[in-house]
Amino acid sequence: MSANLSALFYLISGVLFILALRGLSSPETSRQGNFFGIIGMIIAIVVTFLSIGNFSIGLIYVLVFLSIGAFIGALIAYKIPMTAMPELVAGFHSLVGLAAVFVAISAFVNPEAFNLGVPGKIKLASLIEMSIGAAVGAITFSGSVIAFLKLQGIMSGSPIIFKGQHFLNALLLISIMILTYFLCSIQSSNLFWILIGISFLIGFLLIIPIGGADMPVVISMLNSYSGWAAAGIGFTLENTALVITGALVGSSGAILSYIMCKGMNRSFFNVILGGFGATEQSLINQNKEQKPFKSGNAEDAAFLMKNASSIIIVPGYGMAVAQAQHALREMVDILKKNDIKISYAIHPVAGRMPGHMNVLLAEANVPYDEVFELEQINNDFANADVAYVIGANDVTNPVAKTDPQSPIYGMPVLDVEKCKSVLFVKRSLAPGYAGIDNDLFYKENTLMLLADAKKMTEDIIKNL
Amino acid sequence: MEIDPFIFRLSIFILSIFVGYYVVWSVTPSLHTPLMSVTNAISSVIIVGAIIAALANNIENIFNSSSLYGFLAITLSAINIFGGFLVTQRMLAMYKKRKK
Repeated sequence: MSANLSALFYLISGVLFILALRGLSSPETSRQGNFFGIIGMIIAIVVTFLSIGNFSIGLIYVLVFLSIGAFIGALIAYKIPMTAMPELVAGFHSLVGLAAVFVAISAFVNPEAFNLGVPGKIKLASLIEMSIGAAVGAITFSGSVIAFLKLQGIMSGSPIIFKGQHFLNALLLISIMILTYFLCSIQSSNLFWILIGISFLIGFLLIIPIGGADMPVVISMLNSYSGWAAAGIGFTLENTALVITGALVGSSGAILSYIMCKGMNRSFFNVILGGFGATEQSLINQNKEQKPFKSGNAEDAAFLMKNASSIIIVPGYGMAVAQAQHALREMVDILKKNDIKISYAIHPVAGRMPGHMNVLLAEANVPYDEVFELEQINNDFANADVAYVIGANDVTNPVAKTDPQSPIYGMPVLDVEKCKSVLFVKRSLAPGYAGIDNDLFYKENTLMLLADAKKMTEDIIKNL
Repeated sequence: MEIDPFIFRLSIFILSIFVGYYVVWSVTPSLHTPLMSVTNAISSVIIVGAIIAALANNIENIFNSSSLYGFLAITLSAINIFGGFLVTQRMLAMYKKRKK
């Protein structure tokens, strides 16, 4: 196949990838979009085989390695529980990063295969492109591995901070630039290995100071990096499909990071520099006077719900941890039979990744047109009878609106306190991730249900 | 004077960033998780580079170092492609409208 023809096909698959993302603008078109994405991928792979045109024994090996990956991938896709989606996505990011590093290495070792010159005399532009691809890929890989370990709970979610951290990161970043410069003039493979090694180190150092609840930002950011790494490799290989995809994924991740940061009212740099919550925690421990609050049980909750005419459910990460989404749906089914209007309110940063709660609710067969975003539903709290807060905390804290001293001041929050009564399911009165007390616990109209989210929901079902 | 092909690719790249910007803003927030898994899948189109790298050498030394990296990258990207598209499909199949 001629180079021009294959370039046109790569362009087509790039366009199909755009349509794949476009499809996600509504759930109805999304499945079709995913189909476009698959077609685009098939075109890209088939065209690559045809343009190489070398159907020797090597092709069989390629198919073997491809099938191994396909089998593992399919197995993971079908086995993974929906609550583990953040870990899965972090894991996938690490693979994109590592694949980018591997492709960059083989392009460096064997540039003739990619028409980039001969070893030691690689075209300057290509060398810069593959250095960027390799460095960003390596950062994506090690960063995603750390994010994965934190999400899995293998590594503690609390930020790891040491003195001179930012200085060290800056130093490493500068050394990467210097290395790239020397790599371009000397073309020594040792420099290339050091470059990759330092990039792995940066990825690691970049993610360890970021705390567990900032994971939505981290995952989006790594998503973006994996895109830029792919684009870097796309330039090296002069491949349009990769360049288009890299740009799409890069900007997609960047937008998601922006949305997540806005949901927390924090700047991107504030999140990246990390260590949030560490200082506030100690402050809380100092003034530990117990304020009075009202505690209730499942019977009280069931009574309040039965007499309500509209209920808003506010899910959070605690619901995912307790796997309470199915019990929640069962409870809602009973309430609906009694002609009670139910809606769900999702805060942008609820859960550990963008859209985390929506997927869990969809898994539990909650129709997506009952699930609303913060801006859509926030005015409805004033007219609702009961708010059922299950596993959310900081995103409901009215302090964000009233106390300029609070670390979360200015963060958009759900106006849960405006409901006639609030049922707050929580295991204890401990402050949430931000390390600050939630004023909502002590409001006149709040009833604390101190129990595991799933168990409490099941008890309420029994009482209904 | 002839224009360097790099400039063409750069143009495609910059325009794609803008396309991505507008397309992703129109993605409904409830589908942000599938968005991430599908972007994972499509960025694994890096497999084309892996295939070229793997098939770069002749049969006698099919597993020399540069091809070996290619083969490993094929497996990694294949995990992502199949895992990414299939898990996206699985998620999207769960999004249902209210039964009337």
